[in-house]
Amino acid sequence: MSAQNPAARTLNIDFMKWRGVAVIASLVLSLLAIISLGWHGLNFAVDFTGGTVIEAKYADAPDLNEIRSNLEEVGFTSPTVQNFGTTRDVLIRLAPLDKESGEAGNALREKVVEALNKDPALKPEIHRMEFVGPQVGDDLVEGSVIALIASAFFIVLYVAWRFEYRFALGAILATLHDITMILGFFSLLQLDFDLTVFAAVLTIMGYSLNDTIVVFDRIRENFRKIRRADALDVINISINETLGRTLMTSFLTFLTAVAMAIWGGDVLHNFGLALVVGIFVGTYSSIYVATALAYKLGISRADMLVPEKEGATDVSP
Amino acid sequence: MRNQFPLWKNILILLILTLATIYSLPNFFGEDPSVQLSPARGSVLDQALVTQSEKALAEAGLKPKAFELSEKRLLVRFADTDAQLTAADALKAIYGDRYTVALNLAPATPGWLRKIGAAPMYLGLDLRGGVHFMMQVDMEAAIKQAEERYAEDIRTLLRDSKIQYLSVDRDNHVIKVKFQDAATLGQAENTLKREMRGLVFSEESNTLTARMTDAEVREIRRLAVAQNVTTLRNRVNELGVAEPVIQQQGEDRIVVQLPGVQDTARAKEILGATATLEFRMVDTEHPTPTDETKTPIGSKLYKDRQGKPVLLQRKIIVTGNQIIDASSGLEQQSGSAAVFITLNGPGARKMADTTKENINKPMAVVYIENKNETREIGGQKVTTKKTVEEVINIATIRDRFSKRFQISGLDGTDEARNLALLLRSGALAAPVDIVEERTVGPSLGKENIRQGWRSFIIGFCLVALVMLFHYKVFGVVANLTLLFNVALILAILSAMQATLTLPGIAGITLTVGMAVDANVLIYERIKEELRNGTSPQSAIYAGFDRAFATIWDSHVTNLIAAIMLFGIGSGPVKGFAVTLTIGIITSLFTAVSCTRMMVNFIYGQRRGAKLWI
Repeated sequence: MSAQNPAARTLNIDFMKWRGVAVIASLVLSLLAIISLGWHGLNFAVDFTGGTVIEAKYADAPDLNEIRSNLEEVGFTSPTVQNFGTTRDVLIRLAPLDKESGEAGNALREKVVEALNKDPALKPEIHRMEFVGPQVGDDLVEGSVIALIASAFFIVLYVAWRFEYRFALGAILATLHDITMILGFFSLLQLDFDLTVFAAVLTIMGYSLNDTIVVFDRIRENFRKIRRADALDVINISINETLGRTLMTSFLTFLTAVAMAIWGGDVLHNFGLALVVGIFVGTYSSIYVATALAYKLGISRADMLVPEKEGATDVSP
Repeated sequence: MRNQFPLWKNILILLILTLATIYSLPNFFGEDPSVQLSPARGSVLDQALVTQSEKALAEAGLKPKAFELSEKRLLVRFADTDAQLTAADALKAIYGDRYTVALNLAPATPGWLRKIGAAPMYLGLDLRGGVHFMMQVDMEAAIKQAEERYAEDIRTLLRDSKIQYLSVDRDNHVIKVKFQDAATLGQAENTLKREMRGLVFSEESNTLTARMTDAEVREIRRLAVAQNVTTLRNRVNELGVAEPVIQQQGEDRIVVQLPGVQDTARAKEILGATATLEFRMVDTEHPTPTDETKTPIGSKLYKDRQGKPVLLQRKIIVTGNQIIDASSGLEQQSGSAAVFITLNGPGARKMADTTKENINKPMAVVYIENKNETREIGGQKVTTKKTVEEVINIATIRDRFSKRFQISGLDGTDEARNLALLLRSGALAAPVDIVEERTVGPSLGKENIRQGWRSFIIGFCLVALVMLFHYKVFGVVANLTLLFNVALILAILSAMQATLTLPGIAGITLTVGMAVDANVLIYERIKEELRNGTSPQSAIYAGFDRAFATIWDSHVTNLIAAIMLFGIGSGPVKGFAVTLTIGIITSLFTAVSCTRMMVNFIYGQRRGAKLWI
């Protein structure tokens, strides 16, 4: 361990050299995500659409078509009936229909149970039943959109206050990029998008930003420390210096997300999956999208020279 | 000696960690299946009850684990669910009429922990099974009712003050009172203004228009929700559910959670029905018309159960709001089902006055139930309210009614019981609609707990392994810190008596991955310093010092998103927001102070030590 010049690192990858390729890749993927979202949309769960979901367990594998026709007979239009987990577990989805809210909801359950118990030999055990009124679903969509916008707004505000507006723009673009990717992923594979997945999306917003900020922090520090390098070099050095931490943290969070996606059961499966996707794109975007944009917008040493009141005030090399 | 905390700091950190560990302990003791008795209608809880029930249970061949008498309930713990169910049946048979007997899963927290106020977290419905309802209060109906009340009060006041009026009508949120001439209008306006502070008046030719003030409308909305919450609470108590949750959400919604309830049909029948009664005199002065257009002024046409028209006076004698108690039973003479009703003071007075003046005249009981129908018209969802009003009973007044009287002529004992229950728990101030319902079976709840904690343990172990291999001694320190962080989260959640949900467990799992980030930041910084040739002690110092600003920034940004989650949704996702937020905050403390303390303890004294990192 001999004394080294701070600029000379064990790791020295020229990340910024590939930024052109990265920008194109990001644009293509984002476009794909947006097209898929426009085309298929998201497969919203009852939380957002309103309607009814029933999870039933049968003693023996039932005939799904029969369940479907039994449900149609009592007046449900186009019910979705599918297996999940085992062939004995059946998931039934009913669209919101007339007479479903309020008092009529009473009758709904009885009607469903009646339809399911039509063949007494196949009496199922109802594990879970959710009914969400159309109004509640609409309110949730509204609340979610507001939460997304508010998060984005406060994040920009915080980064602009802590760093600089160009960093804030880079950070928010990276964040939006990550969200687009997760939503695109869920749209492309038509995975259930429920409230827990939305919670994962918001979490990723904060998380991806966290990676970005660590890189920004180092860029600011290095701009003050390394006098003779140009902006591109400083950015490269900063990314290389923080790479160990970025990869390590992402990997560790990734491990917990994978644990939830694999071992967490149905409810946490999609939640974990959204996190896994988010962690991947979040790590990538904090290197390429955020910093590349900040660079493009012309971040330079002059912007960093005013020492902030907290943190890296150590200006001497 | 830079890498040393002053003694007080070490003691403070150790104290916090000890407290965190102790207060997180109750969550690991599981639950006892138990039966709880809570007094209904004036029954008392005392030691005699304990002795009695102990004897009764012994006769049934049951040996309870413990009896716990508190101010609100008697809790009897059992070793298994079979004993619990048999005991509940046995106790219901003896005490069913005086106490509410409910099944409960009581936390098996040891006595010494309970003495210091330590209690486990409350498990959400997705983890313990049960029913969740969200109800919307129909504000429009509440306001309409208030306006009708005002219209009636105006009529009474004008009559009492001997002021002649032509008509009082309610129309589109205003009440219009028509008078013969401007003089009487002026007189009436003065009287009404003095008496009715909740209304604003305006005049136009010979019509006085009254409108509720904004403050009054707000007050009515507030009361409508508050009264509904109270009423729902009473109804839930009647259902015999242990630890129900009834709370207001937003401006006009109420959440009701009934852990352990599986029979949603009955729960909904009781919670959702907005039935009330009205007592009115039968209009005997006019012939009963065949259709509504020919109804004489001051009367209203109803139908009885058989669909036969009945003409009743518009004036209501007493409504369901004035009923204090109602019980079902059998009528002595005929032996048919009857409901015995007790009225409050003003109700009883009014009833007494009316019945005194109307002996030998018929009085009707009108049963009013509110229903909802949502239809799709041209892609738009339109909800229409439907009110079913029927005359369930007409009886001739034999004598002046006292506070207590009975209604007979019901369809059977079941109906009498349900009606009594509805009346007892009070009429809802405004109709409520169930807008969301979730039912989770108990086995699914157990499965959710199992999977939730399994993913947590696996996630934690994976993280711990990687940290151990990558950072050696420092990895051990980080893992201990993580463990303390989890204990701290559990302790805070328990102390807050927060509700743990499956996404809540996910929040804790995720926090493990995110909290360790602070350690990674510090360690990578230390490694970097070492690579730059800094001495171990300075490297440790610089690592903690320089990483702090970054840790702070990254925590704040994570926090922003986590807090935004509070704003949306209810139940499970809120649980995620809570655990994540607490986890982020506690990890800031543990990563900086606990890690530092342990690193100081290991390396702080050794000058030339080689760091195992």
